[in-house]
Amino acid sequence: MAPLIVDNLHKRYGDREVVAGISFTLGKGECFGLLGPNGAGKTTTLRCCLGLTAPDAGSITLVGEEVPARAREARARIGVVPQFDNLDPDFSAAENLLVFGRYFGLPDAVIRERTPRLLEFAGLAGKAGANIKTLSGGMKRRLTLARALVNDPDLLVLDEPTTGLDPQARHLIWERLQGLLAEGKTILLTTHFMEEAERLCQHLAIMDEGRFIAEGTPGELIAEHIPVSPSPLRPANLEDVFLKLTGRDLRD
Amino acid sequence: MNHFGPPQLSWRAIAVWRRNFLVWKKLAIPSVLGNLADPMIYMFGLGYGLGSLLPATLPQFGGGSYIAFLAAGTVCASTMNAASFEALYSAFSRMHVQKSWEAIMNAPVSLDDVVLGELLWAAAKSTLSGVAILIVVAAMGLTASPLALWTIPVIFLTGLAFAAPGLIITALAPSYDFFMYYFTLFITPMTLLSGVFFPLEQLPAGFQTAAQALPLTHAVALIRPLLFGRIPEASLLHVAVLAAVTVVSYWIALGITRRRLLS
Repeated sequence: MAPLIVDNLHKRYGDREVVAGISFTLGKGECFGLLGPNGAGKTTTLRCCLGLTAPDAGSITLVGEEVPARAREARARIGVVPQFDNLDPDFSAAENLLVFGRYFGLPDAVIRERTPRLLEFAGLAGKAGANIKTLSGGMKRRLTLARALVNDPDLLVLDEPTTGLDPQARHLIWERLQGLLAEGKTILLTTHFMEEAERLCQHLAIMDEGRFIAEGTPGELIAEHIPVSPSPLRPANLEDVFLKLTGRDLRD
Repeated sequence: MNHFGPPQLSWRAIAVWRRNFLVWKKLAIPSVLGNLADPMIYMFGLGYGLGSLLPATLPQFGGGSYIAFLAAGTVCASTMNAASFEALYSAFSRMHVQKSWEAIMNAPVSLDDVVLGELLWAAAKSTLSGVAILIVVAAMGLTASPLALWTIPVIFLTGLAFAAPGLIITALAPSYDFFMYYFTLFITPMTLLSGVFFPLEQLPAGFQTAAQALPLTHAVALIRPLLFGRIPEASLLHVAVLAAVTVVSYWIALGITRRRLLS
């Protein structure tokens, strides 16, 4: 069964319809990218999918469970990297993994057995005992990614995973995510880095004002919307598509 | 959407409790000593200072000394303060500043479990505070009855009955400054009206009646007789009031927090 099926999702805050009837299906092992300017409704969509806010209409099936009714059961098989770091500042890197694993009901022994591998994956092998406050932005992001893997999830949900990182840190995250896809993990990603979407996603949707205004593979979107590159010096890319479809006005 | 539906609880609340316990363990001794210092200063200062002006025993003080009378009140007030501080400042910092609750809710833990875990944690931490004072009181010979051991579950219940309303205030708070109102308008008057420093009977009749609506009055009505070696009168009523305050306040706190974080 598809890890995530969203059908005709609506979410309204007051008079504003933040999500206005979107549908998509995420196939197993796929990386699906949700692109859009600030305020497009990406994060609200993710919150609905995780059962953290109830939609006004539509249905969501996450790893075979109805959400929000059985969101708790569904989240047992999901890993989440939120937009803003919320690592626990009272703990070391390894303690963050331990405490988070307990929220999944994992026995301490299992978590401790997984910890060295997860820290290694995050490039934090020597940092088990390090205080969170001493880690750089890139390290924190990688630790958050490792934390999202503590329950060995089927589906990873990443909300702007590389926002605020320098290019080195961003490339390292991309490499790790490509590794996870190669292992067969499914990924749902929001981003406004077009390069990120082009590198990672087989399938993507451009979202604006709560709607999908374009959907397809990166190649399809470029071929459909930008048949001729705006610059003779380079081929057309996803950023051209994004700006053509969402306009050049500032969104915040 | 209705945020005030019945709580749906699970054992995952324990994982939230253990998170807070793991943080506390790192600073356990300074934390206990810190919680002990303030009430001890009041108890010795007032107990001996004021107590020396009074006859050695007075019927209004249960036939004992003023400091023994005050000791029972101090156990209750200190439990109340410890539970309130934890449910206000510490819980707010985890909810609003560190966003720890949001992180937890990405795991298979509901907000219902998070708030329950915080409630049980604040009550447990305040129990440590109350029991620490109890130990000092016993060591000074101000209580000698084995009945005093029954105060431990009552202290825990008192902690619950103050942690739960504290979580309502936390759910409503825009910032730390908001808590000052709660202390000034609720906690401080209650400390003076619930028989902590002097017997309720010294108050005008109207205040005595009003005091029956305050949870601290019921905690004092249970703990003081137990420390004096007597079985409290109407103990079931007092237990029921504290339990009801806990359940109703938890429910309200959860509803407001759901509205705040899950809409």
